[in-house]
Amino acid sequence: MANVSDVIHGIVRFGTVLLMAVLALAWRAEPAAADEPSDEPTYVTFVEADQFEYRARKGNDAFGWEAQGWVGGDYDKVWFKTRGEDVVNGGATDAELQLLYSRTVSAFWDVQAGARYDVKPNPSRGYAVLGVQGLAPYFFEVDAAAFVSDEGDVSARLEAEYDLLITQRLIAKPSVEVNVALQEVEELGLGSGVTEVEAELRLRYEIVREVAPYVGVSWETKVGPTADMARRNGQDVDDVAFVAGLRAWF
Amino acid sequence: MKGFLFIGLAVWAATASAWAGEYNLVIDQTTVDITGRERTAVTINGAVPGPALRWREGEEVTLHVTNRLDEPTSIHWHGVIVPNSMDGVPGISFEHIHPGGTFTYRFTVKQSGTYWYHSHSGLQEQSGMYSPLLIDPAKPEPFRYDREYVVMLSDWTDEHPDRVLAKLKKQSGYYNFHKPTVVDFFRDIGKKGWRETLSDRLAWGRMRMDPTDIADVTGYTYTFLINGQPPEANWTALFKPGERVRLRFINAASMTYFDLRIPGLKMEVVQADGQDTEPVAVDEFRIAVSETYDVIVAPQEDRAYTIFAEAMDRSGYARGTLAPRTGIEAPIPAMRPRPVRTMADMGMAEGAHGMASKSPAQEKETTMPEMDHDGPGDMGAMPGMDHGAMNQEPGHAMPGMAESTEPPTVMHGPDTHGKGNSMVAMMPRSRLAEPGAGLEHTGTRVLAYTDLRAREPGYDRRPPEREIELHLTGNMDRYIWGFNGKKYSESEPIPMRYGERLRVVLVNDTMMEHPLHLHGMWMELENGNGEHNPRKFTINVKPGERLSFLMTADALGAWPFHCHLGYHMAAGMMAHAVVSEHGAEAH
Ligand SMILES: [Cu+2]
Repeated sequence: MANVSDVIHGIVRFGTVLLMAVLALAWRAEPAAADEPSDEPTYVTFVEADQFEYRARKGNDAFGWEAQGWVGGDYDKVWFKTRGEDVVNGGATDAELQLLYSRTVSAFWDVQAGARYDVKPNPSRGYAVLGVQGLAPYFFEVDAAAFVSDEGDVSARLEAEYDLLITQRLIAKPSVEVNVALQEVEELGLGSGVTEVEAELRLRYEIVREVAPYVGVSWETKVGPTADMARRNGQDVDDVAFVAGLRAWF
Repeated sequence: MKGFLFIGLAVWAATASAWAGEYNLVIDQTTVDITGRERTAVTINGAVPGPALRWREGEEVTLHVTNRLDEPTSIHWHGVIVPNSMDGVPGISFEHIHPGGTFTYRFTVKQSGTYWYHSHSGLQEQSGMYSPLLIDPAKPEPFRYDREYVVMLSDWTDEHPDRVLAKLKKQSGYYNFHKPTVVDFFRDIGKKGWRETLSDRLAWGRMRMDPTDIADVTGYTYTFLINGQPPEANWTALFKPGERVRLRFINAASMTYFDLRIPGLKMEVVQADGQDTEPVAVDEFRIAVSETYDVIVAPQEDRAYTIFAEAMDRSGYARGTLAPRTGIEAPIPAMRPRPVRTMADMGMAEGAHGMASKSPAQEKETTMPEMDHDGPGDMGAMPGMDHGAMNQEPGHAMPGMAESTEPPTVMHGPDTHGKGNSMVAMMPRSRLAEPGAGLEHTGTRVLAYTDLRAREPGYDRRPPEREIELHLTGNMDRYIWGFNGKKYSESEPIPMRYGERLRVVLVNDTMMEHPLHLHGMWMELENGNGEHNPRKFTINVKPGERLSFLMTADALGAWPFHCHLGYHMAAGMMAHAVVSEHGAEAH
């Protein structure tokens, strides 16, 4: 299966180049000048590479990314979200891409629906997505989504993060992520119930608002039946990584 | 600084008789260098600001405006009562001025005073398209002066305004570099204890509001100008000691409120928005975006005086000099502490009405600068503090409300104005007597709206037949602004019957100031002076404030009513009134 793995590596690397191209384009794009003294048209393009980093961990260092963005008006947008990891010494590589329609339903919340595609060496999979994203009280950025795979498996993910300003430019960002599966998915190594919990802390310095290098630490653990499955397969249950990267948005 | 930008008081000479002037204005792109970097400005006759027009009351003016841009443009005569088709608002009063085209404005001038004119297309005004407009009265003015100067304030950014707006949409706090930090948190604990500090933070966090949000666009990108000149260029006006000097202040900034003072001089305010007011001597006044104030100063000493205009958020200042001769200057004062938003700005009751428990010392204060007091901390104890609770229908009986002798405080109704609005002022109240955020404890005499008393009584003494209530709303986080939760593109026209006498009640449900400007008709601010209520073209509405004005719908046609903060208007904070013979029946 080495060929397939190479192909996927290729796709992931191509995807990274593509992402950078999109970032460059967004940097250049200007919203159309409004002629009328009104709020139309104000279509804005937003691309944010929240994580673009090197992950140093025992045995399998990796390059990882998490990015999202949107094109649209005040209440209706098309979102994309992508995350993934490219292990440096070959081995497992995964990438996820979501394309969503997003509609503002209240002052702080958007409902999002669309598709997710995971590129993984074992196996690739498509999902339908329904989620909410927004700003919770106390300034927590929340993204919660449910996924139904093309095999009929149901899972969910809850992410929350917070910008803690140490100074105006030095910002600590703790984040947590909880993954849940409704049923066991043998091929993906998922047991039912809470599958994985991730807690991360990144400390960035905003040179300008848009560009911020950072360092951080990431701790990930498999939980419950998922952890048992990992142990049976001789895999690590916990994973700690030290990360360094660049956050950028345009 | 290029020489051609120096427009102290360029008088565009009328070519015809005294009673019929003809003027040519050319709109073009011009390279300017305001910050040390060359940028393209949108200019009127090649300069920022454009030429000061000087008309006479009664004059029939003809203005040929030629558009040399590659996009449409327009000119609006700010504060000037003109026939609807001459008002210059694209899509409302006319189409626009096409690229390469010329539009001729023609009307008779029926007023006098200090005004200005600017583009009403897109964000061209921010790019430099603004000019002073002075109208000499037919009758002598009720005050005396020896010389006069226009002092036009503005804010300049090297960024393209469309990019500024896009940034605000992506990250509304982009330009704020005074957000609450961990460092501040520990400093506050030292000052007022951890319990109060924590409850402050939690109260604001619960509402998802930032108490340091004073200005959406700040000195991070802005250079503040007097007559097109940055502070270092030190625009200077000459006087002879003993002279009375009239200064015509115009705030042509897109987003910046200025606090104006001339250390060492009292300023006698004689006009506001071009209208004669009973003179009032002050040390300082705040000029909202798009307002004009005429003041007279009488420097006696043979020395320089600094004209100091601090941005309300203290992120910078504009500065000029009054001097007996060129080349001398006076010290530049330090900027005062930045204001922070308080519970009053959130439309919360403060101590009064039995709403919150407060010490008597705090009762005396109308606002809470620096939040030294328990301001936001109160919130946890009050019902309806978090947004979820704000959505609930408020209770009708507020303990102690009936006995209140303060101006009527009307509780906000159940409508929270939808997704275009992220908070409501639960207890909006009159704040006309307050000088404004950051000016409460200057120890000096600061002008308040209640100081403005018209010299002449209003011409229409009828009581209002009808009341219109508009809520100023916004979703700070998404950078959407509007009225009653609706952006302009989502709004319905406000019908008015020709000749109708109206009261318009404004409730500010946001924590920002909004300078509201009505086209075509005067607003008589109900500030307690009865027939002598001042008439204005722009009324500043403070955060959490409820105020009202009277108006007579004496001009047929469609008239914009909008926030004059350029990016608020561009983000939807505009409505329009339609005055017709039938009024609401037509709809
Ligand atoms: Cu506004």
